[in-house]
Amino acid sequence: MKKILKYTLFDLLRSRWNYIYFGFYLIFTTSLLMLSGDVSTVIISLMNVILILCPLIATIFGVMYAYNSREFTVLLLAQPIRRSAIFWGQYFGLALSLSLCLLLGIGLPFLYYGLSSSGAAWEFLTLLGNGLLLTFIFSGLAFLIALRNDNKIRGFGLAILTWLFFAVVYDGIVLLLLLFFRDYPLENAALGLSILNPIDLSRILILLKLDISALMGYTGAVFQKFFGTLWGTIVTLLSLGLWVLIPVLSIRMIAKRKDF
Amino acid sequence: MIKIQNLHKAFGKNTVLNGIDLHIKKGGRITAVLGPNGSGKTTLIKCILGMVIPNTGNIQIQGKTIAGQWQYRKAIDYLPQIAQFPENLTVRELITMIKDIRQAPAQDDKLIQLFGLENYLDERLINLSGGTKQKVNLTLAFMYDSPLVILDEPTSGLDPVAMVRLRALIREEKQAGKTIMITTHIMSFVEEIADDIVFLLDGKIYFQGPIQALQEQQQETNLERAIASILDQKTSSLSTHALTS
Repeated sequence: MKKILKYTLFDLLRSRWNYIYFGFYLIFTTSLLMLSGDVSTVIISLMNVILILCPLIATIFGVMYAYNSREFTVLLLAQPIRRSAIFWGQYFGLALSLSLCLLLGIGLPFLYYGLSSSGAAWEFLTLLGNGLLLTFIFSGLAFLIALRNDNKIRGFGLAILTWLFFAVVYDGIVLLLLLFFRDYPLENAALGLSILNPIDLSRILILLKLDISALMGYTGAVFQKFFGTLWGTIVTLLSLGLWVLIPVLSIRMIAKRKDF
Repeated sequence: MIKIQNLHKAFGKNTVLNGIDLHIKKGGRITAVLGPNGSGKTTLIKCILGMVIPNTGNIQIQGKTIAGQWQYRKAIDYLPQIAQFPENLTVRELITMIKDIRQAPAQDDKLIQLFGLENYLDERLINLSGGTKQKVNLTLAFMYDSPLVILDEPTSGLDPVAMVRLRALIREEKQAGKTIMITTHIMSFVEEIADDIVFLLDGKIYFQGPIQALQEQQQETNLERAIASILDQKTSSLSTHALTS
Protein backbone atom coordinates (compact mmCIF):
# COMPACT_ATOMS: atom_id res chain seq x y z
CA MET A 1 0.00 0.00 0.00
CA LYS A 2 2.86 2.38 0.86
CA LYS A 3 4.22 2.19 -2.69
CA ILE A 4 0.89 3.04 -4.31
CA LEU A 5 0.38 5.81 -1.76
CA LYS A 6 3.81 7.26 -2.52
CA TYR A 7 3.28 7.42 -6.28
CA THR A 8 -0.32 8.67 -5.98
CA LEU A 9 1.02 11.45 -3.79
CA PHE A 10 3.78 12.20 -6.35
CA ASP A 11 1.16 12.40 -9.07
CA LEU A 12 -1.34 14.53 -7.16
CA LEU A 13 1.15 16.94 -5.61
CA ARG A 14 1.99 18.05 -9.14
CA SER A 15 -1.61 18.55 -10.18
CA ARG A 16 -2.42 22.22 -10.77
CA TRP A 17 -5.77 21.79 -8.99
CA ASN A 18 -3.86 21.02 -5.82
CA TYR A 19 -1.83 24.21 -6.27
CA ILE A 20 -5.02 26.20 -6.79
CA TYR A 21 -6.52 24.69 -3.61
CA PHE A 22 -3.34 25.43 -1.64
CA GLY A 23 -3.12 28.95 -3.12
CA PHE A 24 -6.72 29.69 -2.19
CA TYR A 25 -6.16 28.82 1.50
CA LEU A 26 -2.88 30.71 1.55
CA ILE A 27 -4.31 33.92 0.06
CA PHE A 28 -7.58 33.72 1.99
CA THR A 29 -5.92 33.13 5.38
CA THR A 30 -3.26 35.78 4.77
CA SER A 31 -5.93 38.32 3.75
CA LEU A 32 -8.04 37.57 6.83
CA LEU A 33 -5.05 37.87 9.14
CA MET A 34 -3.99 41.14 7.53
CA LEU A 35 -7.48 42.61 7.64
CA SER A 36 -8.38 41.52 11.17
CA GLY A 37 -5.12 40.98 12.97
CA ASP A 38 -6.93 39.01 15.68
CA VAL A 39 -6.15 35.31 15.51
CA SER A 40 -9.33 34.15 17.31
CA THR A 41 -11.62 36.11 14.94
CA VAL A 42 -9.79 34.70 11.93
CA ILE A 43 -10.22 31.17 13.30
CA ILE A 44 -14.01 31.69 13.48
CA SER A 45 -14.11 33.07 9.94
CA LEU A 46 -11.99 30.19 8.68
CA MET A 47 -14.21 27.68 10.47
CA ASN A 48 -17.16 28.55 8.24
CA VAL A 49 -15.01 28.21 5.13
CA ILE A 50 -13.39 24.94 6.20
CA LEU A 51 -16.67 23.30 7.21
CA ILE A 52 -18.09 23.84 3.72
CA LEU A 53 -15.00 23.81 1.51
CA CYS A 54 -13.05 20.83 2.88
CA PRO A 55 -15.93 18.36 2.39
CA LEU A 56 -16.81 19.87 -1.01
CA ILE A 57 -13.28 19.78 -2.45
CA ALA A 58 -12.61 16.32 -0.96
CA THR A 59 -15.85 15.05 -2.53
CA ILE A 60 -15.18 16.52 -5.99
CA PHE A 61 -11.47 15.60 -6.04
CA GLY A 62 -12.21 12.13 -4.68
CA VAL A 63 -14.79 11.24 -7.26
CA MET A 64 -12.80 12.80 -10.13
CA TYR A 65 -9.57 11.05 -9.15
CA ALA A 66 -11.29 7.69 -8.70
CA TYR A 67 -12.79 7.88 -12.20
CA ASN A 68 -9.69 9.33 -13.87
CA SER A 69 -7.42 6.63 -12.53
CA ARG A 70 -9.69 3.75 -13.60
CA GLU A 71 -7.45 2.52 -16.46
CA PHE A 72 -4.35 2.92 -14.33
CA THR A 73 -6.04 0.88 -11.61
CA VAL A 74 -6.53 -1.86 -14.21
CA LEU A 75 -2.79 -1.79 -14.93
CA LEU A 76 -2.06 -2.06 -11.21
CA LEU A 77 -4.56 -4.90 -10.78
CA ALA A 78 -2.47 -6.97 -13.20
CA GLN A 79 0.56 -6.60 -10.93
CA PRO A 80 1.32 -8.96 -8.04
CA ILE A 81 -0.27 -6.75 -5.41
CA ARG A 82 -3.34 -7.02 -3.16
CA ARG A 83 -6.51 -5.29 -4.32
CA SER A 84 -6.98 -3.53 -0.99
CA ALA A 85 -3.41 -2.15 -1.21
CA ILE A 86 -4.22 -0.49 -4.54
CA PHE A 87 -7.43 1.19 -3.41
CA TRP A 88 -6.25 2.14 0.05
CA GLY A 89 -3.01 3.48 -1.43
CA GLN A 90 -4.94 5.65 -3.87
CA TYR A 91 -7.41 6.81 -1.23
CA PHE A 92 -4.79 7.73 1.37
CA GLY A 93 -2.64 9.37 -1.35
CA LEU A 94 -5.57 11.59 -2.33
CA ALA A 95 -6.61 12.42 1.24
CA LEU A 96 -3.01 13.17 2.23
CA SER A 97 -2.37 15.46 -0.74
CA LEU A 98 -5.52 17.48 0.08
CA SER A 99 -4.57 17.51 3.76
CA LEU A 100 -1.13 18.90 2.91
CA CYS A 101 -2.74 21.76 0.95
CA LEU A 102 -4.92 22.58 3.95
CA LEU A 103 -2.13 22.21 6.47
CA LEU A 104 0.35 24.41 4.59
CA GLY A 105 -2.21 26.84 3.11
CA ILE A 106 -3.57 27.73 6.55
CA GLY A 107 -0.61 26.83 8.73
CA LEU A 108 2.07 28.96 7.05
CA PRO A 109 0.25 32.34 7.38
CA PHE A 110 -0.67 31.59 11.01
CA LEU A 111 2.91 30.69 11.88
CA TYR A 112 4.12 33.84 10.15
CA TYR A 113 1.67 36.02 12.09
CA GLY A 114 2.81 34.60 15.41
CA LEU A 115 0.31 31.89 16.32
CA SER A 116 2.42 30.61 19.20
CA SER A 117 2.34 33.94 21.02
CA SER A 118 -1.39 34.52 20.46
CA GLY A 119 -2.59 31.94 22.99
CA ALA A 120 -5.03 30.50 20.45
CA ALA A 121 -2.81 27.60 19.39
CA TRP A 122 -5.16 24.95 20.80
CA GLU A 123 -8.19 26.46 19.00
CA PHE A 124 -6.18 26.63 15.80
CA LEU A 125 -5.20 22.97 16.10
CA THR A 126 -8.83 22.01 16.70
CA LEU A 127 -9.80 23.85 13.52
CA LEU A 128 -7.04 22.20 11.53
CA GLY A 129 -7.73 18.75 13.01
CA ASN A 130 -11.39 19.00 12.07
CA GLY A 131 -10.50 20.15 8.56
CA LEU A 132 -8.22 17.13 8.15
CA LEU A 133 -10.84 14.72 9.49
CA LEU A 134 -13.49 16.14 7.14
CA THR A 135 -11.06 15.76 4.22
CA PHE A 136 -10.48 12.08 5.06
CA ILE A 137 -14.20 11.41 5.64
CA PHE A 138 -15.49 13.01 2.47
CA SER A 139 -12.75 11.77 0.12
CA GLY A 140 -13.50 8.28 1.48
CA LEU A 141 -17.21 8.69 0.80
CA ALA A 142 -16.45 10.00 -2.71
CA PHE A 143 -14.12 7.06 -3.44
CA LEU A 144 -16.79 4.68 -2.26
CA ILE A 145 -19.45 6.26 -4.46
CA ALA A 146 -17.13 6.13 -7.50
CA LEU A 147 -16.37 2.45 -6.81
CA ARG A 148 -20.03 1.55 -6.54
CA ASN A 149 -21.13 3.45 -9.65
CA ASP A 150 -19.55 2.77 -13.03
CA ASN A 151 -21.62 5.54 -14.59
CA LYS A 152 -19.52 8.68 -14.08
CA ILE A 153 -22.38 11.18 -14.29
CA ARG A 154 -24.43 9.24 -11.77
CA GLY A 155 -21.43 8.87 -9.46
CA PHE A 156 -20.58 12.55 -9.70
CA GLY A 157 -24.21 13.52 -9.04
CA LEU A 158 -24.47 11.21 -6.04
CA ALA A 159 -21.23 12.54 -4.57
CA ILE A 160 -22.39 16.16 -4.85
CA LEU A 161 -25.76 15.18 -3.36
CA THR A 162 -24.00 13.50 -0.43
CA TRP A 163 -22.07 16.69 0.26
CA LEU A 164 -25.22 18.80 -0.13
CA PHE A 165 -27.08 16.52 2.25
CA PHE A 166 -24.52 16.77 5.06
CA ALA A 167 -23.62 20.44 4.50
CA VAL A 168 -27.09 21.91 3.97
CA VAL A 169 -30.10 19.58 3.82
CA TYR A 170 -29.35 17.74 7.09
CA ASP A 171 -29.44 20.98 9.09
CA GLY A 172 -32.74 21.90 7.42
CA ILE A 173 -34.26 18.56 8.40
CA VAL A 174 -32.98 18.92 11.98
CA LEU A 175 -34.42 22.44 12.21
CA LEU A 176 -37.79 21.25 10.92
CA LEU A 177 -37.79 18.37 13.44
CA LEU A 178 -36.93 20.74 16.28
CA LEU A 179 -39.70 23.10 15.18
CA PHE A 180 -42.23 20.30 14.84
CA PHE A 181 -41.49 18.80 18.26
CA ARG A 182 -40.74 22.09 20.00
CA ASP A 183 -43.10 21.26 22.89
CA TYR A 184 -40.84 18.42 23.99
CA PRO A 185 -37.36 18.57 25.57
CA LEU A 186 -35.14 18.14 22.54
CA GLU A 187 -31.63 18.81 23.77
CA ASN A 188 -30.59 15.16 23.87
CA ALA A 189 -32.21 14.45 20.50
CA ALA A 190 -30.36 17.45 19.00
CA LEU A 191 -27.16 16.09 20.51
CA GLY A 192 -27.78 12.68 18.98
CA LEU A 193 -28.60 14.13 15.58
CA SER A 194 -25.42 16.25 15.60
CA ILE A 195 -23.27 13.20 16.21
CA LEU A 196 -24.67 11.55 13.08
CA ASN A 197 -23.42 14.35 10.81
CA PRO A 198 -19.62 14.83 10.65
CA ILE A 199 -19.90 18.46 9.52
CA ASP A 200 -22.21 19.34 12.43
CA LEU A 201 -19.97 17.49 14.83
CA SER A 202 -16.93 19.43 13.64
CA ARG A 203 -18.79 22.73 13.85
CA ILE A 204 -19.86 22.08 17.46
CA LEU A 205 -16.38 20.98 18.48
CA ILE A 206 -14.79 24.12 17.10
CA LEU A 207 -17.46 26.42 18.58
CA LEU A 208 -17.04 24.86 22.00
CA LYS A 209 -13.27 25.17 21.85
CA LEU A 210 -13.69 28.85 20.96
CA ASP A 211 -15.75 29.28 24.11
CA ILE A 212 -18.60 30.98 22.35
CA SER A 213 -21.12 28.27 23.25
CA ALA A 214 -22.83 30.82 25.47
CA LEU A 215 -24.19 32.34 22.25
CA MET A 216 -26.09 29.12 21.69
CA GLY A 217 -28.25 29.56 24.80
CA TYR A 218 -29.53 26.61 26.79
CA THR A 219 -28.73 24.11 24.02
CA GLY A 220 -25.18 25.43 24.04
CA ALA A 221 -24.99 24.74 27.75
CA VAL A 222 -26.22 21.18 27.23
CA PHE A 223 -23.71 20.70 24.43
CA GLN A 224 -20.93 22.15 26.58
CA LYS A 225 -21.95 19.84 29.40
CA PHE A 226 -21.83 16.81 27.14
CA PHE A 227 -18.89 17.53 24.85
CA GLY A 228 -16.87 19.09 27.70
CA THR A 229 -16.75 15.81 29.64
CA LEU A 230 -14.38 12.93 29.04
CA TRP A 231 -17.30 10.74 27.99
CA GLY A 232 -18.41 13.39 25.49
CA THR A 233 -14.94 13.68 24.04
CA ILE A 234 -14.71 9.90 23.69
CA VAL A 235 -18.11 9.71 21.95
CA THR A 236 -17.16 12.55 19.59
CA LEU A 237 -13.80 11.10 18.66
CA LEU A 238 -15.35 7.66 18.29
CA SER A 239 -18.04 9.05 16.03
CA LEU A 240 -15.56 10.94 13.81
CA GLY A 241 -13.29 7.90 13.83
CA LEU A 242 -16.17 5.72 12.68
CA TRP A 243 -16.94 8.22 9.92
CA VAL A 244 -13.39 7.70 8.61
CA LEU A 245 -13.29 3.96 9.28
CA ILE A 246 -16.61 2.94 7.70
CA PRO A 247 -15.82 4.27 4.19
CA VAL A 248 -12.26 2.90 4.39
CA LEU A 249 -13.47 -0.59 5.30
CA SER A 250 -16.29 -0.40 2.74
CA ILE A 251 -13.75 0.51 0.03
CA ARG A 252 -11.95 -2.74 0.84
CA MET A 253 -15.14 -4.79 0.82
CA ILE A 254 -16.36 -3.43 -2.52
CA ALA A 255 -12.91 -3.54 -4.14
CA LYS A 256 -12.63 -7.21 -3.23
CA ARG A 257 -15.56 -8.34 -5.34
CA LYS A 258 -15.70 -5.68 -8.06
CA ASP A 259 -15.11 -6.49 -11.73
CA PHE A 260 -12.79 -4.24 -13.73
CA MET B 1 0.22 -23.47 -17.78
CA ILE B 2 -3.40 -22.28 -17.90
CA LYS B 3 -6.27 -24.62 -17.09
CA ILE B 4 -9.82 -23.30 -17.14
CA GLN B 5 -12.82 -25.45 -16.23
CA ASN B 6 -16.48 -24.62 -16.75
CA LEU B 7 -16.03 -20.84 -16.49
CA HIS B 8 -19.21 -18.76 -16.35
CA LYS B 9 -19.49 -15.00 -16.10
CA ALA B 10 -22.52 -12.75 -16.49
CA PHE B 11 -22.75 -8.98 -16.07
CA GLY B 12 -26.33 -8.56 -14.90
CA LYS B 13 -28.50 -10.36 -17.46
CA ASN B 14 -25.77 -10.33 -20.07
CA THR B 15 -23.99 -13.71 -20.11
CA VAL B 16 -20.48 -13.15 -21.45
CA LEU B 17 -18.74 -16.46 -20.70
CA ASN B 18 -20.91 -19.52 -20.84
CA GLY B 19 -18.97 -22.62 -19.83
CA ILE B 20 -15.39 -22.14 -21.02
CA ASP B 21 -13.03 -25.12 -20.82
CA LEU B 22 -9.54 -24.29 -21.93
CA HIS B 23 -6.14 -25.85 -21.51
CA ILE B 24 -3.05 -24.01 -22.70
CA LYS B 25 0.13 -26.00 -22.30
CA LYS B 26 3.40 -24.61 -21.08
CA GLY B 27 6.02 -23.12 -23.27
CA GLY B 28 6.99 -21.76 -26.65
CA ARG B 29 3.61 -21.32 -28.32
CA ILE B 30 1.55 -18.28 -29.16
CA THR B 31 -2.22 -18.57 -28.75
CA ALA B 32 -4.46 -15.95 -30.33
CA VAL B 33 -7.85 -15.47 -28.69
CA LEU B 34 -10.22 -14.41 -31.45
CA GLY B 35 -13.89 -13.66 -31.75
CA PRO B 36 -16.33 -10.95 -32.80
CA ASN B 37 -16.87 -7.87 -30.63
CA GLY B 38 -18.54 -8.80 -27.35
CA SER B 39 -17.63 -12.48 -27.62
CA GLY B 40 -15.85 -12.43 -24.25
CA LYS B 41 -12.15 -12.23 -25.23
CA THR B 42 -11.23 -9.44 -22.83
CA THR B 43 -13.45 -10.88 -20.07
CA LEU B 44 -11.66 -14.24 -20.40
CA ILE B 45 -8.26 -12.54 -20.11
CA LYS B 46 -9.44 -10.43 -17.19
CA CYS B 47 -10.68 -13.58 -15.42
CA ILE B 48 -7.21 -15.09 -15.78
CA LEU B 49 -5.69 -11.91 -14.33
CA GLY B 50 -8.19 -11.79 -11.47
CA MET B 51 -9.70 -8.44 -12.54
CA VAL B 52 -13.07 -9.99 -13.27
CA ILE B 53 -14.39 -12.44 -10.72
CA PRO B 54 -16.14 -15.43 -12.35
CA ASN B 55 -19.62 -16.57 -11.23
CA THR B 56 -18.61 -20.21 -11.33
CA GLY B 57 -15.69 -22.25 -12.61
CA ASN B 58 -12.09 -22.78 -11.80
CA ILE B 59 -8.90 -21.26 -13.17
CA GLN B 60 -5.48 -22.73 -12.50
CA ILE B 61 -2.18 -21.07 -13.40
CA GLN B 62 0.93 -23.23 -13.06
CA GLY B 63 -1.18 -25.83 -11.28
CA LYS B 64 -2.57 -23.50 -8.59
CA THR B 65 -6.11 -22.19 -8.27
CA ILE B 66 -6.08 -18.40 -8.55
CA ALA B 67 -9.33 -17.46 -6.73
CA GLY B 68 -8.56 -14.86 -4.05
CA GLN B 69 -4.80 -15.04 -4.76
CA TRP B 70 -2.44 -12.33 -6.02
CA GLN B 71 1.06 -13.80 -5.85
CA TYR B 72 0.47 -15.84 -9.02
CA ARG B 73 0.54 -12.60 -11.03
CA LYS B 74 4.34 -12.55 -10.55
CA ALA B 75 4.36 -15.15 -13.32
CA ILE B 76 2.35 -12.93 -15.72
CA ASP B 77 3.27 -10.00 -17.96
CA TYR B 78 0.16 -8.15 -19.11
CA LEU B 79 -0.43 -5.48 -21.74
CA PRO B 80 -3.81 -3.78 -21.24
CA GLN B 81 -5.91 -2.59 -24.18
CA ILE B 82 -6.05 1.09 -23.20
CA ALA B 83 -2.85 2.78 -22.10
CA GLN B 84 -3.80 5.32 -19.44
CA PHE B 85 -1.38 6.36 -16.73
CA PRO B 86 -1.27 8.90 -13.88
CA GLU B 87 -1.06 12.19 -15.79
CA ASN B 88 1.56 13.98 -13.76
CA LEU B 89 4.13 11.21 -13.39
CA THR B 90 7.05 11.06 -15.81
CA VAL B 91 7.82 7.97 -17.90
CA ARG B 92 10.86 7.27 -15.72
CA GLU B 93 8.80 7.48 -12.51
CA LEU B 94 6.16 5.15 -13.89
CA ILE B 95 8.74 2.53 -14.85
CA THR B 96 10.40 2.91 -11.42
CA MET B 97 7.02 2.46 -9.77
CA ILE B 98 6.27 -0.82 -11.54
CA LYS B 99 9.81 -2.03 -10.75
CA ASP B 100 9.24 -0.97 -7.15
CA ILE B 101 6.03 -3.02 -7.00
CA ARG B 102 7.36 -6.16 -8.67
CA GLN B 103 10.82 -6.23 -7.11
CA ALA B 104 12.28 -8.46 -9.82
CA PRO B 105 15.13 -8.00 -12.32
CA ALA B 106 13.89 -5.93 -15.28
CA GLN B 107 15.26 -5.26 -18.77
CA ASP B 108 13.74 -1.80 -19.09
CA ASP B 109 16.85 -0.14 -20.60
CA LYS B 110 16.85 -2.52 -23.55
CA LEU B 111 13.15 -1.86 -24.26
CA ILE B 112 13.48 1.92 -23.86
CA GLN B 113 16.18 1.80 -26.52
CA LEU B 114 14.18 -0.57 -28.73
CA PHE B 115 11.13 1.69 -28.81
CA GLY B 116 13.15 4.93 -28.90
CA LEU B 117 11.83 6.26 -25.59
CA GLU B 118 15.13 7.77 -24.36
CA ASN B 119 14.02 11.33 -25.08
CA TYR B 120 10.66 10.91 -23.38
CA LEU B 121 11.87 9.59 -20.02
CA ASP B 122 11.45 12.90 -18.21
CA GLU B 123 8.23 13.88 -20.00
CA ARG B 124 4.99 13.79 -18.07
CA LEU B 125 2.66 11.08 -19.33
CA ILE B 126 -0.10 13.63 -20.02
CA ASN B 127 2.10 15.19 -22.74
CA LEU B 128 2.68 11.93 -24.69
CA SER B 129 0.89 10.96 -27.91
CA GLY B 130 -1.25 7.80 -28.06
CA GLY B 131 1.43 5.84 -29.94
CA THR B 132 4.19 6.83 -27.50
CA LYS B 133 1.96 5.86 -24.57
CA GLN B 134 1.49 2.46 -26.21
CA LYS B 135 5.29 2.11 -26.44
CA VAL B 136 5.54 2.86 -22.70
CA ASN B 137 2.78 0.30 -22.19
CA LEU B 138 4.78 -2.29 -24.18
CA THR B 139 7.93 -1.51 -22.21
CA LEU B 140 6.09 -2.11 -18.94
CA ALA B 141 4.61 -5.35 -20.27
CA PHE B 142 7.82 -6.85 -21.64
CA MET B 143 10.39 -5.77 -19.09
CA TYR B 144 10.04 -8.88 -16.93
CA ASP B 145 11.03 -12.42 -17.59
CA SER B 146 7.67 -14.00 -16.72
CA PRO B 147 6.65 -17.39 -18.12
CA LEU B 148 3.18 -16.18 -19.20
CA VAL B 149 2.67 -13.12 -21.43
CA ILE B 150 -0.84 -11.77 -22.09
CA LEU B 151 -1.24 -9.06 -24.74
CA ASP B 152 -4.60 -7.36 -25.27
CA GLU B 153 -4.60 -5.61 -28.68
CA PRO B 154 -0.81 -4.99 -28.71
CA THR B 155 -0.74 -3.36 -32.16
CA SER B 156 -3.13 -0.46 -31.51
CA GLY B 157 -1.68 2.97 -32.29
CA LEU B 158 1.78 1.71 -33.28
CA ASP B 159 3.75 3.07 -36.25
CA PRO B 160 5.21 0.56 -38.79
CA VAL B 161 8.70 0.66 -37.25
CA ALA B 162 7.35 -0.10 -33.79
CA MET B 163 5.17 -2.87 -35.29
CA VAL B 164 8.22 -4.58 -36.81
CA ARG B 165 10.02 -4.34 -33.45
CA LEU B 166 6.99 -5.68 -31.58
CA ARG B 167 6.81 -8.72 -33.88
CA ALA B 168 10.50 -9.40 -33.30
CA LEU B 169 10.03 -9.02 -29.57
CA ILE B 170 7.12 -11.45 -29.47
CA ARG B 171 9.15 -14.01 -31.48
CA GLU B 172 12.05 -13.57 -29.07
CA GLU B 173 9.76 -14.24 -26.11
CA LYS B 174 8.39 -17.32 -27.86
CA GLN B 175 11.87 -18.65 -28.48
CA ALA B 176 12.64 -18.10 -24.80
CA GLY B 177 9.96 -20.72 -24.13
CA LYS B 178 7.22 -18.42 -22.85
CA THR B 179 3.50 -19.04 -23.16
CA ILE B 180 1.95 -16.10 -24.99
CA MET B 181 -1.73 -15.16 -25.32
CA ILE B 182 -2.79 -12.41 -27.73
CA THR B 183 -6.10 -10.81 -28.63
CA THR B 184 -6.28 -8.75 -31.80
CA HIS B 185 -8.60 -7.92 -34.68
CA ILE B 186 -5.80 -7.88 -37.26
CA MET B 187 -5.92 -11.32 -38.88
CA SER B 188 -2.72 -10.88 -40.89
CA PHE B 189 -0.90 -10.33 -37.57
CA VAL B 190 -2.43 -13.53 -36.17
CA GLU B 191 -1.51 -15.54 -39.28
CA GLU B 192 2.03 -14.29 -39.12
CA ILE B 193 2.68 -14.74 -35.44
CA ALA B 194 0.26 -17.20 -33.78
CA ASP B 195 0.51 -21.00 -33.60
CA ASP B 196 -2.88 -21.78 -32.10
CA ILE B 197 -6.28 -20.16 -32.13
CA VAL B 198 -9.03 -20.03 -29.54
CA PHE B 199 -12.16 -18.79 -31.29
CA LEU B 200 -14.88 -17.53 -28.97
CA LEU B 201 -18.48 -17.20 -30.02
CA ASP B 202 -21.39 -16.35 -27.73
CA GLY B 203 -19.29 -16.97 -24.63
CA LYS B 204 -18.23 -20.48 -25.66
CA ILE B 205 -15.15 -21.86 -27.34
CA TYR B 206 -16.15 -22.58 -30.91
CA PHE B 207 -12.75 -23.75 -32.02
CA GLN B 208 -9.42 -24.48 -30.40
CA GLY B 209 -6.37 -25.69 -32.26
CA PRO B 210 -3.71 -24.78 -34.83
CA ILE B 211 -4.52 -22.18 -37.54
CA GLN B 212 -4.20 -24.79 -40.30
CA ALA B 213 -6.81 -27.01 -38.64
CA LEU B 214 -9.32 -24.15 -38.63
CA GLN B 215 -8.60 -23.38 -42.28
CA GLU B 216 -9.07 -27.06 -43.16
CA GLN B 217 -12.27 -27.29 -41.11
CA GLN B 218 -13.73 -24.28 -42.89
CA GLN B 219 -12.16 -25.27 -46.25
CA GLU B 220 -10.54 -21.87 -46.66
CA THR B 221 -6.91 -21.01 -47.42
CA ASN B 222 -6.94 -17.72 -45.60
CA LEU B 223 -7.61 -17.17 -41.88
CA GLU B 224 -9.73 -14.05 -42.36
CA ARG B 225 -12.04 -15.94 -44.76
CA ALA B 226 -12.17 -18.96 -42.43
CA ILE B 227 -13.32 -16.71 -39.57
CA ALA B 228 -15.78 -14.90 -41.83
CA SER B 229 -17.25 -18.22 -42.96
CA ILE B 230 -17.84 -19.28 -39.32
CA LEU B 231 -19.66 -16.02 -38.67
CA ASP B 232 -21.65 -16.42 -41.93
CA GLN B 233 -22.72 -19.94 -40.91
CA LYS B 234 -23.70 -18.63 -37.51
CA THR B 235 -25.80 -15.78 -38.99
CA SER B 236 -27.54 -18.09 -41.50
CA SER B 237 -28.30 -20.72 -38.82
CA LEU B 238 -29.78 -17.98 -36.65
CA SER B 239 -32.02 -16.70 -39.44
CA THR B 240 -33.12 -20.28 -40.33
CA HIS B 241 -33.92 -20.84 -36.67
CA ALA B 242 -35.92 -17.60 -36.57
CA LEU B 243 -37.88 -18.62 -39.70
CA THR B 244 -38.73 -22.10 -38.43
CA SER B 245 -39.73 -21.07 -34.92
